Amino acid sequence: MSLYRTELRRLGKRRFARWATVLGLLVLGAVLVGVFFTNQKIGPEQQAAAQRQAEQEYQQQVRWAEQERKACEQAKASGQDQQQEGRFPPDCEMITPPPPESIEARWFLPSTFDFRASFEEMIVTFTAILALLGFVIGASFVGAEWSSGGMMNLLLWRPQRLTVLLTKLAALLTGLVAVTLAAATLWTAGFWIVGTLRGTTEKMTSGAWQSFALTGLRGLVLIMVAATIGFALASLGRHTAMALGGAIGAVVVGQFGLGIVMSMAGARFVEAWLLPTYGLAWMTKKVTLEDWNACNATYYGECKPATFDLTWQHASILFSVVLVLALGSALVTMRRRDVA
Amino acid sequence: MSAVLEIEGLRKTYKSRRQGVRHALDGFDMRVEQGQVHGFLGPNGSGKTTTLRTLLGLIRPNGGRMAILGQEVPAALPAVVGQVGAIVESPQFFPHFTARDTLSLLAGAGEVPQIRVDEVLELVGLRDRAGERVKTYSLGMKQRLAVASALLKNPKLLILDEPANGLDPGGIREMRTLTRDLAASGMTVLLSSHILGEIQLICDSVTIISLGRRVAFGPVDQVLAEHSGGAVRVRLEAVTDLPAAADALSRAGVAVTAHPDHLMLAGVEKPAQVSRILAGQGLYVSELAPVTVDLESVFLELTSTAPVPGQHRQVDQSTRVGDAGQSGAVGGGWGA
Repeated sequence: MSLYRTELRRLGKRRFARWATVLGLLVLGAVLVGVFFTNQKIGPEQQAAAQRQAEQEYQQQVRWAEQERKACEQAKASGQDQQQEGRFPPDCEMITPPPPESIEARWFLPSTFDFRASFEEMIVTFTAILALLGFVIGASFVGAEWSSGGMMNLLLWRPQRLTVLLTKLAALLTGLVAVTLAAATLWTAGFWIVGTLRGTTEKMTSGAWQSFALTGLRGLVLIMVAATIGFALASLGRHTAMALGGAIGAVVVGQFGLGIVMSMAGARFVEAWLLPTYGLAWMTKKVTLEDWNACNATYYGECKPATFDLTWQHASILFSVVLVLALGSALVTMRRRDVA
Repeated sequence: MSAVLEIEGLRKTYKSRRQGVRHALDGFDMRVEQGQVHGFLGPNGSGKTTTLRTLLGLIRPNGGRMAILGQEVPAALPAVVGQVGAIVESPQFFPHFTARDTLSLLAGAGEVPQIRVDEVLELVGLRDRAGERVKTYSLGMKQRLAVASALLKNPKLLILDEPANGLDPGGIREMRTLTRDLAASGMTVLLSSHILGEIQLICDSVTIISLGRRVAFGPVDQVLAEHSGGAVRVRLEAVTDLPAAADALSRAGVAVTAHPDHLMLAGVEKPAQVSRILAGQGLYVSELAPVTVDLESVFLELTSTAPVPGQHRQVDQSTRVGDAGQSGAVGGGWGA
């Protein structure tokens, strides 16, 4: 227990962990402020303005249709329509303005933040930022210990290698859970305020809250997995750069490279090879990929693209395999390799 | 006297596809008695640090037996580690923590009372600089911090690997005094150092390692005596009598080397015998002095690492047990 408390203290004292956390929170704050200033509350005034703008648009369409019809008749009378083949229909009377109801006033409403409709996306954003933060802090927490000799010093005091490594991981995850929960509370409160002042918080039933809570819980798990993988990779390479280099390598080779190769090979559902798709599938429970090169004819003669559903179960299998491989390798290495 | 530290037949082998097999420790033995200051000497790459790392559980041995305070390690290391303070090789600490934070975190991990942190900071002379980051410290200050970390547990066995490295002359003297005081308080100290004068001054006993094997051990006086070769310097009242004296001693079976103003004798067990032989010939000595050797010369002889003019000795170019005197005879590096 003393080791666990000590590692928590160590995590709190680490300058990189502090600054990275502050930076992550600043990014979250910037997103929140950005959403606040790019949204407005919709009231009777905004509705009336949108209505006016829709009416103006309709009038403009009417004028434009009239001009075009006249131009069409003139062209046909002068025989010029032969030279402008395709510009006008065979019968100029076919040029009519759209019906008034086809131009909807809601198109002209300013952007507004609907808490119920939009907060899930915000949870995904929150998770992405904190998962990155967790990965980097996790890698640094153990990587810097290895490269500075701190780990060797600690092992001189506590010569139980696996206990030391797992206790460090436990302290890291505890710290991250604390930061995540605190930040998530502020994040939710912040967007509730955005919804209240710059949109709406209507229709928030207990079911909606429950759905958000479950999405948030999946987000927390993803953040923990990212931190653990960063921690494991850095421990494996005994340097922070091992995890960061591995991550950059995975992105460049495994994501961009693989994506390009798969596209060139004409593979179906290229996104299924990209890691972020699995992150999204985990968070939103399902991502439907579409292959626009395929045509599935319907009974009504429509051509629908082929689809492939990636579910949270697929994502959980992938993340579990990566987690077990990374952490397992780190533990085996910690147990077997000499500390020199 | 009971042994605080016992090592028997310790082996550590490194294998490399390109360079084959290297025996870093090749059946190494060591014994340190309670309350002693024990010097651990060896050339670079002889296996000193490997021995200490293996003893402390950082390296897995390929064979042999080790015991600390009567308990077999590494199996019992978690049980005895609270009584062992150690610094291994150069001091390494997280550079952005202060000295106080560094020690406080170690104390926390080892369940040592926090009050001990200030005590050891005072002891090693870092009290007034304890709030500064380690990265601002000089090598000597880091060394002091390393010693402080080793003392934090108030251990029964203190292992110091090159503790004087980077210390100024005052610091070296302080370290010497500290080591003596700690030994006087009942602590057993294992001291690895290349400053052989210090070892000779401080240590009760020594172990000398070369190419992973013990080449000498025992009380310092005994090791020096064993390797002095019974050398005796003889001067006579009249220099002109030196040839006659050399002749008489040679006939008595003593190895004699003549010098312009004195004779050097080797293999003399009892200097009084020399005086008796010469007096019997009517030759009277004005000086009969056993020649003492220092630890440095013994070390250089035993490890065959004395510099040879015109040659550049390579690391691991040293001697094997039984090969003493064959300078550079064995390249102990990577081999089949």
